[in-house]
Amino acid sequence: MASNIEKDALSGVETTGHEWDGLKELNNPLPKWWLYIFYVCIAWSLVYYVFYPSWPTGTSYTKGILNWSMREEIVEKLAEAKASQAKYVDRIAKLSVDEIQQDKDLLNFAMAGGRTMFNENCAGCHGAGGQGAKGFPTLADDVWLWGGKTAEIYQTISGGVRQSTVAETRGTPGVMGMTAFGRDGILTKDQIDQVTDYVLALNGKPADAAKAAAGKTVFEENCTACHGPNAEGSVAAGLDGIGAPPLKTANWLYGGDKATLMATVINGRAGEMPAWSTRLPDTTIKQLAIYVHNLGGGK
Amino acid sequence: MASATLTPGAAVGGHQASTEVRYNEDAVRLFVIAAVFWGVVGFLAGTFIAAQLAFPVLNLGFEWTSFGRLRPVHTSAVIFAFGGNVLFATSLYSVQRTSRQYLFGGEGVAKFIFWNFQVFIVLAALSYVLGYSQGKEYAEPEWILDLYLTVIWVLYAVVFIGTVMTRRESHIYVANWFFIAFILTVAILHLGNNINLPVSWFGLKSYTWVSGVQSAMVQWWYGHNAVGFFLTAGFLGIMYYFVPKRAGRPVYSYRLSIVHFWTLIFLYIWAGPHHLHYTALPDWAQTLGMTFSVMLWMPSWGGMINGIMTLSGAWDKLRTDPVLRFLVSSVAFYGMSTFEGPLMSVKPVNALSHYTDWTVGHVHSGALGWVAFVSFGAIYYLVPVLWKRQQLYSMRLVSAHFWVATIGIVLYITAMWVSGIMQGLMWRAYDSLGFLQYSFVETVAAMHPFYVIRALGGVCFVAGALIMVYNLWRTAKGDIRIEKPYTAPARVAAGA
Repeated sequence: MASNIEKDALSGVETTGHEWDGLKELNNPLPKWWLYIFYVCIAWSLVYYVFYPSWPTGTSYTKGILNWSMREEIVEKLAEAKASQAKYVDRIAKLSVDEIQQDKDLLNFAMAGGRTMFNENCAGCHGAGGQGAKGFPTLADDVWLWGGKTAEIYQTISGGVRQSTVAETRGTPGVMGMTAFGRDGILTKDQIDQVTDYVLALNGKPADAAKAAAGKTVFEENCTACHGPNAEGSVAAGLDGIGAPPLKTANWLYGGDKATLMATVINGRAGEMPAWSTRLPDTTIKQLAIYVHNLGGGK
Repeated sequence: MASATLTPGAAVGGHQASTEVRYNEDAVRLFVIAAVFWGVVGFLAGTFIAAQLAFPVLNLGFEWTSFGRLRPVHTSAVIFAFGGNVLFATSLYSVQRTSRQYLFGGEGVAKFIFWNFQVFIVLAALSYVLGYSQGKEYAEPEWILDLYLTVIWVLYAVVFIGTVMTRRESHIYVANWFFIAFILTVAILHLGNNINLPVSWFGLKSYTWVSGVQSAMVQWWYGHNAVGFFLTAGFLGIMYYFVPKRAGRPVYSYRLSIVHFWTLIFLYIWAGPHHLHYTALPDWAQTLGMTFSVMLWMPSWGGMINGIMTLSGAWDKLRTDPVLRFLVSSVAFYGMSTFEGPLMSVKPVNALSHYTDWTVGHVHSGALGWVAFVSFGAIYYLVPVLWKRQQLYSMRLVSAHFWVATIGIVLYITAMWVSGIMQGLMWRAYDSLGFLQYSFVETVAAMHPFYVIRALGGVCFVAGALIMVYNLWRTAKGDIRIEKPYTAPARVAAGA
């Protein structure tokens, strides 16, 4: 084959003398820069092995002269981060949510921490600014299902809503929140038709006047016990531990149109929220309560 | 050989080898058609899921059309259906010519491989959409499909290696080293990563032989080498045949081809742990993964040098031959992404880049720029030869494809660089009190504009591929577009 070695007219370099389907190869040497960079990469790797954990030796491995360990480093860094916040967190642990808000530094810290934890844990349902969504109450207003004082918000976050695993939960776990008036046969279809028209009229929306008038009686007999005599909601009516929203409102939890109101009265409603005491440290829940309280204007 | 001196601009085309050997082209033609078809399907699927990320409403509310199920349809369609058919077509075409031998096993076996591979692709895609997955990236098909693919792959190995072993040339051409390395290693990877125990006799569900971090390590040994041997070694085989062929120039350096082949093969297989930096994987394994990745930099660039330097003396052809432009640009993209890869494997860089869109951008600069472009170049070369046409329907349309696709790639990878680095920086930002500056959802919101840009890049890439389909269709019909030809400027000086 050596006899077929040719000289490339353009580069003056010889070929190897082989040919496949018209393809030939020049006999250029390895580019020097290429070779040297390759050597440098190998040398860098060898040096790295001297300093860091690298080669397995059966049941162990070479530790490297720095004795570095990723696990130890992360433990140290977590401890550092914890220590840097300890002066705030230790006091938050000892004080009540109301006392924390009296201290400007602690309030500032709780608001910053609360914002982070709210966006990571709460915004998914309640929205980034606490604006709420269908079935998930708005937190950025003055209307509260379970109380808007910081301590009340703290208990709601901590125990969740209708959670069977936690004693201090809001509502009664496993029990319907709002009665299913239709499904359980408490109200007739006509009565439900009437009472929903009454609620529509109450909110100034178009409704059948005759039905609404009839619905007033149904409402007073069945709804006021939870939603208050003036449909102002359980909290505004001073009724504790019920969680019934106001029915004269511009911001409906599930929807204020005829069809949704019918569905609500027929099937009832029972929102749930996780008990965050099973997921987050108590100091974090305090920060969240303070942050959420201030979302709603801090009343 | 008549001439003792190689002349610049030697004949371009596939027919100057000795005429007495008969080659099989029917099977190759089928693979080319399938490659083009699955390419369009895969690019469309990718563009659709990119749009889903920007506009979640496009998930359409069905589990079958959700991102989670369509994403493996996209990756399998582009890597295995498009890339696989391109590899079958180009390797079975070039191995016959560089071995001066008809396909080992004859046309029947090649066509058996073809039809069964297409059936495998359809079954795999259906299984993903219906919710069956091993949950292993790029190895989603469940055990029964893995067994089916094994049969197809073993037959492919027999046909290819059989052709090489019965060759009428004394030496094995460099492209065939790469093809053989690709076929054998992919077989080992496929078997190693799919040792699964089915849960029931007649069910599709199975569990893998190792669990926890060992399972992750086996998966990324597979995953990284799917890139290294399927998308790199295999496509380097394409590069080593089609670049010198199209350029009409000898391969730049035989010695470099030997050294970079063996170093690439040896080093690639150990680099997988860099996918598991800062995880439960032991420190020593992470170190080895990182250093082997860094040492892999030059072996990868050896392929780039050999590809690009083969053009030395024929650079002017880039102006007049858009097909060669695809081939050479692919090698340039290959060089860029094989620099970026080792860089991202270095742990402090990885601490920023890992789990971000930077990784997605990196993969696509390799997948779109290198794999797809070298495939387009090879397909544009093959279609006139296989359909016995004088030339492509339109070189201007090849050029249009090139530019539209290049704009698509640039939009894609720059959007992902910005989005990925921004994402990484936002994740690690703390305020003065030691709290995270941004919540996860805020980083998602910040990425939205870049997701839109990425989807637009995908639209460009699909548009380019459709231009190609039209051009190839007209070429196969035997049409030639009346257009201003690319004229070669007067040759100025030799050896630029």
